[in-house]
Amino acid sequence: MRAVTWRGVNEIGVEDVPEPTILNGHDVILEVGLSATCGSDLHLVGGYVPTMRAGDVLGHEFMGTVVEVGAAVTRHAVGDRVVVVSFTSCGKCWYCRQELYSLCDNGNANPGITEALWGQAIGGCYGYSHALGGWAGSHARYIRVPYADQGAFAIPDGVSDERALFASDAAPTGWTGADLAGVAPGDVVAVWGAGGVGQMAARAAMLKGAERVVVIDRLAERLGQVETHIGAETLDYSKVDVPGELRELSGGRGPDVCIEAVGMEAHGLGPSYLYDQVKQQLRLQTDRPTAVREAIYACRKGGTVFTLGVFAGLVDKFPLGAVMNKGLTLRGAQQHGHRYVPEILERMSRDEVRTEHLATHVMSLEDGPAGYRMFKGKDDGCVRAVFRPGD
Amino acid sequence: MTDPPTRLLRAGGDLLRRLAEPQELRPGGSHAGRHCASGWLSVTVLCEPDDVREDALPGPLAILVDRIEVRVRPAPADKGTELSVRFRDRPPRASLPRRLVGDDPEAELRSALRRSKQLIEVGEVLVVDPAPHGQRPATPTGMVVESWTRAAPGGGVR
Repeated sequence: MRAVTWRGVNEIGVEDVPEPTILNGHDVILEVGLSATCGSDLHLVGGYVPTMRAGDVLGHEFMGTVVEVGAAVTRHAVGDRVVVVSFTSCGKCWYCRQELYSLCDNGNANPGITEALWGQAIGGCYGYSHALGGWAGSHARYIRVPYADQGAFAIPDGVSDERALFASDAAPTGWTGADLAGVAPGDVVAVWGAGGVGQMAARAAMLKGAERVVVIDRLAERLGQVETHIGAETLDYSKVDVPGELRELSGGRGPDVCIEAVGMEAHGLGPSYLYDQVKQQLRLQTDRPTAVREAIYACRKGGTVFTLGVFAGLVDKFPLGAVMNKGLTLRGAQQHGHRYVPEILERMSRDEVRTEHLATHVMSLEDGPAGYRMFKGKDDGCVRAVFRPGD
Repeated sequence: MTDPPTRLLRAGGDLLRRLAEPQELRPGGSHAGRHCASGWLSVTVLCEPDDVREDALPGPLAILVDRIEVRVRPAPADKGTELSVRFRDRPPRASLPRRLVGDDPEAELRSALRRSKQLIEVGEVLVVDPAPHGQRPATPTGMVVESWTRAAPGGGVR
């Protein structure tokens, strides 16, 4: 079958790979309907996650149709239209039972790598390097889905493929941020990053009753999507003083909750951004925390900062003094999607969550390299390139 | 009393000698205090203590039963059961870098412990390979990733 693969740093290919087979009783094989690029893929593409191997199939946000079912699967049958959470989680260990699914003890067959990096191993993720399990990704005609009873969810009849696709990763990641940051009715919430995850974090915050939700970015088309499709306010950081604006719109307090949905390749302005770029390119730090710093400085005393964008390693000039002296709560997580997907699909079916607009460019697998190039360069207003393997 | 430049040179020489020392743990050596002295490797399994019996260990540990000691005790706050194992002959612990890449005597035990936890909690051991992939040219970085991946089931901080 054809698949979009990582060939090396900034090199994406399309090549023939073997079709997957059922290897565990809890597996299903899915014929992929749609598979999205994600901002976190760009960290792999750019070589910032050094555990990729040439030939690895990319993609972790997908939906499709079940074509084969393992012997131990009880909730799915051939022909089911499902969306799959990007993390592989067993549903049985203590972390899964606490609904901290991306921390699953049994979802990553290479635990030694992340244990070395972070002290403990986390769960696995499709198409996200050998550190997160070495699972083949979804930019292919077929994909094997382990722990399918836990991670695959039937799509309600009234929800389109294009909408359900983003219940795989962008929406549940946004929900994870807003929920675990403790967004409450009446809160002022600021979200850094107007990509798919940032938009979904903003929508989740609104649905949780936040009084004002403000999304920060520099890309006009993305800020336009926030205003049109999400209904949140926006700030263009290339034109305004973000901390000043946030203080003003929150009565001088600063936002109650600040969600960083940017990650390790943050952009910015001024000497702080230049400093981060130089240090990252010289490999003196692995990640650029430009937006996290701003979130910490902007947050009100006693507020919460949530790191929802993907970080991999070490950052420099981290404002720990502000965290400590302002009494902030600092929290982060990969998505615990299994916990939120049922609610998200239900809200999608009621039109309370709309995501089709994120798929700005839908194309075939053969266009994979061009799709990633366009997505990385944010060309032509690209928010997400989405592949349709059946084309 | 030596003069300051001489003391500085001696201090620098000591530092270089320390850095040049091999990192292997030698019994009674200077690194002994940096490791968990008991030698137990532990996982917490979400099950009742009665579900883990020394005379009926899961397969990966059962085949090692003549060479290992086993300790089972309840975890606090309903976190399950703490299952700990160690080799009876207590081989000297390898350095952290060797443990991280699974190049140590306990790698076999670490892997068996993880697979046993999966068998108890999930009922089967997760298999990833053969995973679909494209062409894999032989490159230095690719070989590093591949060998680390191969060793990862047995590698770990403990």
